[in-house]
Amino acid sequence: MDLDDTPEQAAYRAQVRSWLDEHKSEAPILQGPGAIQDEDEIIAARRVWQGKLAEGGLAGVTWPKEYGGQSLGPIEQVVCNQEIGRAGVPGILDAIGVGMLGPTIIAHGSEEQKSRYLAPLLHGDEVWCQLFSEPAAGSDLAAVQTRARQQDDGSWRLSGQKVWTTNAQFASYGLLLARTDADVPKHKGLTMFIVPIDADGVTVRGLRQISGEAEFNEVFFDDVSLEEGAVVGGVGNGWGTALTTLMFERVTIGLGSEGMGYNSNRFAGAIAADEHARLDPEIRHKLGEIASELLAVRFTGYRTLTALQKGQIPGPEAGLAKVTIVSGAIKAGDLIADVVGPDALSEDSQWAYMISFLPGLKSAGGTEEILRNTIGERVLGLPPEPRLDKGIPFSELRSKEGAPA
Amino acid sequence: MNLALSDEQVFLREAARGALSRFKTLEAAREALDGNADAMPDLWPTAKEAGWPGLLIDEDHGGAGLDAFDAMLVLSECGRVIAGIPLLGHLPATAILSDAPNSAGDLDDLATGERRAAYLPAQPPTELDERWTADPASGLARAALPVAQAGGEEGRISVTGSFAFVPDAPGADLLVGAALLDGKPVGIALAADAGGVSIEPVSRYDATRSLGHVKLDSASAVLLDAPEESLAAAWYLAQALVAAESLGSVETALDVSVAYAKERFTFGRAIGSYQAVKHSLTEVLRQLENGRSLLYYAGWARNGAPEEFPLAASAARSVGGRALDEAARTMISVHGGIGATWEHDAPLYFRRAQLSRRLLGGTGQATDRVAGELIAQASRG
Repeated sequence: MDLDDTPEQAAYRAQVRSWLDEHKSEAPILQGPGAIQDEDEIIAARRVWQGKLAEGGLAGVTWPKEYGGQSLGPIEQVVCNQEIGRAGVPGILDAIGVGMLGPTIIAHGSEEQKSRYLAPLLHGDEVWCQLFSEPAAGSDLAAVQTRARQQDDGSWRLSGQKVWTTNAQFASYGLLLARTDADVPKHKGLTMFIVPIDADGVTVRGLRQISGEAEFNEVFFDDVSLEEGAVVGGVGNGWGTALTTLMFERVTIGLGSEGMGYNSNRFAGAIAADEHARLDPEIRHKLGEIASELLAVRFTGYRTLTALQKGQIPGPEAGLAKVTIVSGAIKAGDLIADVVGPDALSEDSQWAYMISFLPGLKSAGGTEEILRNTIGERVLGLPPEPRLDKGIPFSELRSKEGAPA
Repeated sequence: MNLALSDEQVFLREAARGALSRFKTLEAAREALDGNADAMPDLWPTAKEAGWPGLLIDEDHGGAGLDAFDAMLVLSECGRVIAGIPLLGHLPATAILSDAPNSAGDLDDLATGERRAAYLPAQPPTELDERWTADPASGLARAALPVAQAGGEEGRISVTGSFAFVPDAPGADLLVGAALLDGKPVGIALAADAGGVSIEPVSRYDATRSLGHVKLDSASAVLLDAPEESLAAAWYLAQALVAAESLGSVETALDVSVAYAKERFTFGRAIGSYQAVKHSLTEVLRQLENGRSLLYYAGWARNGAPEEFPLAASAARSVGGRALDEAARTMISVHGGIGATWEHDAPLYFRRAQLSRRLLGGTGQATDRVAGELIAQASRG
């Protein structure tokens, strides 16, 4: 039992570190003195930096070499992430494109699509966004209603709405899941498309959250024209293609930084700073309960890595870690606000931002309830909830819900 | 990065499971609660045969020379079937003696299990209570550690004071722990049958748990030359062992509950298909997985990062104690009315959960320790 690199991993780490040592002065400064302030300039600088990371082999670590990647495994990806964090430089701007959407195109796209889109994606020249979720299709993703209808000339017309779209405000393309046949059961009538965000009829609108900031967008499609070659993975195969993306999403989240900054040391620091709170038994007890679970998540991450290193699929602990992190951080935010008082809720407070962000995060990437269903069924082997949508054409299902298909 | 069981550790675990499966430990626990004091099987011969008493004693003294994590694996198996084996008392005692050169002579008999030791638990100071303390016989206030006085033979001291609810004290040959000499904690070892030593067996709520109130009245003890860190480490080792034992019990409670949720039908569906039931079982799984991760943390830290062992072991204890409470309550509620009856095993796990959480400082002290360690880390910057 150890937390050490294997000799191969150590060699790879040294290689990444030496590249970063050589190039980190070229990285954009996003925090502290000399930080870039203008939002557009930040994005522009991060695009350039992503291009440099790609040149250095630090973006697309797990991508095949023929598409500009390194053909390495998840462990190397983690090592790379750790070293980027350690160097204190920004990571890649388009983590969703490189982590999830590019790999989907590699798996299901045509040769033409691969040669057209992958290189600019990897280098940050064209940022991508994921157009899956809708106002009425989140946990039940196969219920998407955005409709694509094929025209006589083979092209498509697209109408509908997507939501929770990160990076859409500066994206060039989106990978979009649309319904192409409403007269078959819902998982069967779906198709995946590549959509240019600058196409006529596409509207991107920032979606402000509790904090007042807009981290996500709504994207509207009003009779948008798509060429025949925009289909990824074949007409009617959209669900299978989407599952590939979601699998890469889980991997990306699983290999991400430790707990998104929600860790026991950060929270303990806030309590330690108050000389009364740090000696208050009730505060300490609450902190101890929260911190124990967050410490567990750290080692759950190491267990996941061990499994990956052995070529195994990570166990249920990986999925449950998200529940622990979010619920732990919610309790920690509450505790810290109790200790600090209303100042914790001032607009420029890191705690106010965290407290505002967490209620939504609870549902991100699948609600806690759906996650618990999945784990209960796949890991504990419990029977699924009876479903009323199996084998029923989507149009019929919609009319049962009292709405037009 | 390697946080997986080695082949030897898998073998150790499987061997323990096999050895314990030969006994009807749950039936015995129920009978013992009914007042049949002879119902509990003597599992010490099994432990001896398997080499468990010497798990933490080095090979030069006849032990297995294994590590805390291996001991946790064995304790988890004991917890799975609520086996009453006096390892919780014995193993931390052997850890202290292994760090005391002047007691090396005791180790050989303890490694084979010919003699059995019990650990006299002494909690290291915290930011809120700067004394070394012992578990009190009742109430919230921690008890003062017994006091030692020099005198008598060379290398021996005379100790007066008491330790309440000492795991596995009844029937032990040797008592090993700490006392205060001139205000400083020192290691002590006493023969259980020495003058001035009295051990009152006590039983509370869980018949599988052997406990004793130990009173020392000018009792003659060997002054161990174990360092103070070793006395502290024994406390945290005991925390980690209780955590492992508790999480073993959680595994069984969850398995039994899941099996029932699949076979019991209401309104035409297995009850495990209902979200309310499914989610409560995944909550037990979540806490179990967190606990398992912390056992790895504690197992790694004991040698890999000893300065983190207090944090790791306390976090494991805190999560493990809460997990077992949750698992036992869920086991009862998933089973409906039958789960709360004498016929079912659920009450045995429930009883185990309620008592275990209050021993060795209780999960409350462990939880406070987690906060204290992290606050201290933050203050050091």
